[in-house]
Order: sequence, then structure tokens, then C-alpha cells
Amino acid sequence: MYDFIRGPLVWIAFLGFFGGMAYQLVTMARLARKDKVVYKTLELRYGLRSILHWVIPFAGVNMRKKPLYTVLSYAFHVCVLATPIFLLAHVVLWRASWGVSWWSLPDKVADGMTLVVIVACLFFIIRRLVRPEVRNVSYWSDFFIALLVMAPFVTGFAAHYQWFSYRGMLIAHIVSGALWLLLIPWTRLIHMMWFPFTRAYMGSEFGAVRHARDW
Amino acid sequence: MADLQDIQVIDPGVDDSIAKLTPERIEQVINRVLTEESAARLQTYLETCVHCGLCADACQSYISRDKDPDFAPVAKVKDTLWEMVKRKGKVDGEFLHNAARIAFIDCGACRRCSMYCPFGIDISYLIMTVRRILNLLGVVPQYLQDTTNSHAATMNQMWVQQDDWIDTLMWQEEDAQAELAGTRIPLDKEGAEIMYSVIGPEPKILAQLIANMAIIFKVAGADWTMPSTDGWDNSNMAMYSGDFETMGRVERLHWERAMELKVKRVVMGECGHAYRGAVYDGPRWLGWTEPPIPMVHAVEFYYEMITSGRLKIVRKIEEPVTVQDPCNIVRGRGLHHKLRYVINALCEDFRDMEPRYEHNYCCQAGGGLINCGPPWKPSRMKSNRIKADQIRETGAHLVITPCHNCHSGIEDIIGYYKLGAHVNFISELLIKCIEIPQD
Repeated sequence: MYDFIRGPLVWIAFLGFFGGMAYQLVTMARLARKDKVVYKTLELRYGLRSILHWVIPFAGVNMRKKPLYTVLSYAFHVCVLATPIFLLAHVVLWRASWGVSWWSLPDKVADGMTLVVIVACLFFIIRRLVRPEVRNVSYWSDFFIALLVMAPFVTGFAAHYQWFSYRGMLIAHIVSGALWLLLIPWTRLIHMMWFPFTRAYMGSEFGAVRHARDW
Repeated sequence: MADLQDIQVIDPGVDDSIAKLTPERIEQVINRVLTEESAARLQTYLETCVHCGLCADACQSYISRDKDPDFAPVAKVKDTLWEMVKRKGKVDGEFLHNAARIAFIDCGACRRCSMYCPFGIDISYLIMTVRRILNLLGVVPQYLQDTTNSHAATMNQMWVQQDDWIDTLMWQEEDAQAELAGTRIPLDKEGAEIMYSVIGPEPKILAQLIANMAIIFKVAGADWTMPSTDGWDNSNMAMYSGDFETMGRVERLHWERAMELKVKRVVMGECGHAYRGAVYDGPRWLGWTEPPIPMVHAVEFYYEMITSGRLKIVRKIEEPVTVQDPCNIVRGRGLHHKLRYVINALCEDFRDMEPRYEHNYCCQAGGGLINCGPPWKPSRMKSNRIKADQIRETGAHLVITPCHNCHSGIEDIIGYYKLGAHVNFISELLIKCIEIPQD
């Protein structure tokens, strides 16, 4: 079982992730043709202008109104994307499997980033429970997604420090990581791919058509 | 939870229509709109929303109702569209009644929330999709449906008949001549530079505004005309009731009339939603990327006339004034700076509302809301306490509204919250402030 998890499962996860994303992208590109206004409205300049204003922390009005959320959300997104790619233990695996190698994070920094992800996920979950406007629109799947994102980080951290059973933690880490990758294209986690598109579309509509700002 | 008073409103356009529906019909219509009429935008928005609730603070109804979670934009989508998708169109009459209240009364399609969503999800578009579904089911508040029926039958919003239209223009021409000799309202003048468009309520209940405009055009020396036949009204309540077929007919006729008159541009009176219909929604439905002839809103026209010196300001309004930024010309056209230029040119003591520009709160009257009529007025008023607070804080006695819906909406709010202020269009101030040479 451990061999399957270490080998084929990881392949399945990556293929499933990239395949799923590619499928969604192609399907949506086709659907966008049916939605007659989409391609006509999109404009590179205004699309980028909008994206820029929403990837720079505090560049938008709403971000300035919610400083704690903004800081945690930015820290979370940077760490959740960068940690798995630049973690030394993963970089070693990339090299062993594919012969490619890149810069890796110092251990202490990676630990910190992992903790940021965990704390931010807990914050998101607690916020979902205590803020009435968020609780009102929260489904069990929202909690599941937050836990799912958190799981590989918690188990990876525990495995690294050899808490409980190392082997058990490692299995949980790989399985939850694989599940995470596999589910991204089919859950709201797909916002990681749609973000630039929805932003660019709204930016174009506000900028080119409506001559106004959207941040 | 919306309060009981709002939930219990009985509207024949909504409730009698629901009583005639069958579950099969409901399911069929919902699924048709969700799968055949909509495509990438709907799907991406539904998949991308992470239910974060960051849009809540954008909505004047949420703020005005003490942060009632049901009034957050995302909750309005959850209680309508998400459920329709989840239940695959199998929803009942009670659900539809609730959906109609949310889509037609609680959301003014002002789009402020899409500026607060990190993904730029067009929540107003999602609500408009709900309205489209309800329209196809025949579930539309009666007063709103009546204006749509009027559009369909007479091509104007207020059942103005052909002879009434011409008669009103002639009457206003005479009135204008009493103020300024030689003023004309030129009808069907082919090749004029400007076609002036008004909305149905002007000839019906605010005819004086047309005379004002005739004087302004005369003083500015403009070469202008108005059409004598249908196509003069480019207001468009069908756009808001979800009857996009009628919306398209109204807009097409309006542009056809302008093309026939071979005008160089269309100046649109002080109305926001009509501008939106003529510049975006209409052309898009008709498959055009933009209108065939440029259209400028009255605010742009006044700005042009004042900066070029064609209108000379010789008196200024002294009382403190403030302005309501209409969504469709500010969030929808970025005219806020020109608007302030015009107001500062006319008024001594201008006090801005906070927040302002694109971030100004909606009047809770546009987007078809005020057209839903008296049954829903108490709900509308409760949903815009924040606007009353905004006006009160400026200390202004006069609220300038370059939009008909804002005008009526703000008047309602002033009355309901006893603010002791009054409301004017810019043209009413221009008439008082410009030099009117009597030759």
C-alpha cells in the first residue's frame, strides 16, 4: 500500500489535477463563445489593470476595510502555493523522480509558512462559524474544503517532526495531498484558475465599457 | 430574516401568476435559462464563489437592515439561484414568491457588490438571471409588469399615446417661448446635430423638464431635434423585468429613429437606466458591440456646454447642496468628475456624500425597484436607511440627482426619514443659473 501511495497515487494526482484543469479550461473557453459578450468585452489592458489592483495587498477599498482578513488571506495564499513547491523535502523528490531541481526554502521558513497555512485555515473556519453573513452562506462543503486544504500541511508538519507514527503520518500526508490536487478542478478550489479570468472580465467591463474603476 | 411585513406583501403580479404555474413548467423554464440561455459567465461565477461573504458590506440593504445576513448579496444569490441549481429547477410557489421579492425588491442591480468581491463576480448579473427566469414564468411585480406592457404596446414606458406626445411637446414649446422668445422644439429635423431623448415619465408627469431643456438648447445655440413618432422613449423597464425581447425592441426602435433622423449624436436626458439600456444592455442583446451613433448623457452635455462657454453661469445656488451619484452613469460611465464640475459651477456650497464616486450607495429605486410600486415601498425605505444618514450628514437641503430613478428614490427617502430636504435635476438649476439673453 505504501508503495502504491508513494508511486502511482502521486502520478494519478498530478495527471488528474492537470488533466482536470485542462478539461475545465477548454470546456469554459467553448462555453464563453456561447456567452456572446465575453470575448467581445475582454480587453488586455483593463483586465490586467483589474488583476493588478486585486493582487496587490490593500490596493482595493474592501481590502483596506478588512485589514486582518487581507493580511491573513494574502499570507495564506502565498504560503499555500509556495510551500509545497519549494519545500526541501519536496525538491529532493522532484529531483529523484524527474531530475529537475530548483531553489528550496530553509527549513525554519518552511515550518513558519506551514503554520501560517494552518492558522489561516483555522481563521477561515472560525470566521465561517462566528460571522453571521458568512455562516448564513456556509455549507458543509465549505468546511470540508478548508479542512482538506489544511490536511496535507498538518500531516506533513507532523511527519516532519515525527509526531505519532511517522509512516502513518506520511501516508495521510500523501493521500490528503493527492485528494486535494484531484479535487481542485471539481470544487470551488477551482477559483485558483478562474480568478484571473473573472477579474479580467469584470475589469474589462468596468474599464472599457463603463469607464469606471472596479476596486 | 426579512421582516414579516415585507414577506407578507401580496402582489398579484407575483402571487396570482404563481398560482397558475405547474411544477413541470417551473422546472422547464428554470433549466432552460440555466443551460440554454446562460453559459460561461453563469457557470464560472457559480463555481468561483467561495462563500466568503466579503460582498456583504457593499450592499445598502444589508447595512441599512442592521447587517441582516439575508440581505448580503451572496445570500440573495444563495436563496435564489444556488437553490434553483441545487434542486435542478424543482422549486415551489413559496420559493418563487421569495425569489421574486429578493430579485425585484431587495437588489437594485447597482453593481456595487461586484467591486467588493475579490473575484469580481457580477452578482447583479446573477440576480438579473433570476429575474429572467421569473419573467419567463410570468412572475413579475404587477406595477413593473405594467410598465413593460406599456413598452411592448406603445414603445414608451407610460402609455403615452402618439397625439399626446406631440401635443405635450407643442405645449412645452409654448411654455418655453413664454420664458425665452423664439424657443423651438424642432420635430423630425433631419440631419440635426443632436437628437434629444427623454424617458416616458417626462411627457407624462414632468413635462416642464422638456421646456427647460428647450431653453437650454436654445441658449447654447444647439442644432437639435426630437422624434415625433415612437422611438423617442429610451427608458426601458423591460430590461429590468427580465423581458429582454421587449427590451431589445425598444432599444432598436430608438436607434432606428436616430438613424432615420441622421443625427450626429444622441443626448440623453437626466436618466441613468435609460442610458444603460441604450448604451450597453440594448446593443448587447441586439448583437452590436456599441450603439450605432454616439450617445452622451446630459451631464456630459452640460459639462461640454459650460466648459466651452456656450452656457454662461451668472448666478449660483446658495443653499448647501449634495449629489447622488447614479450607478448607471458613475459606476456605469465614470461621469463623477464631470458631474462635480457642473455642480461646482452652479452651486456655492457643494457638500459631497461619503462614500462617493463609484462607491456611492444605490438609491434603492433604480434597477426597476421603484417601478414595483406602492406595495413594496416600505421595504424599499427600510433597505436604504444608510442613504438617509448619508444625506443628513452632509447637512445639505438640496439633493441633486441627474437620474429619474434616483430623483424619485431620494424624494421617497427624504419623506420617509423626514430629512427636510428637496430634490432637483441639474436642468432645473441650470435654468436658474445661466444667462438667458432675450433678443
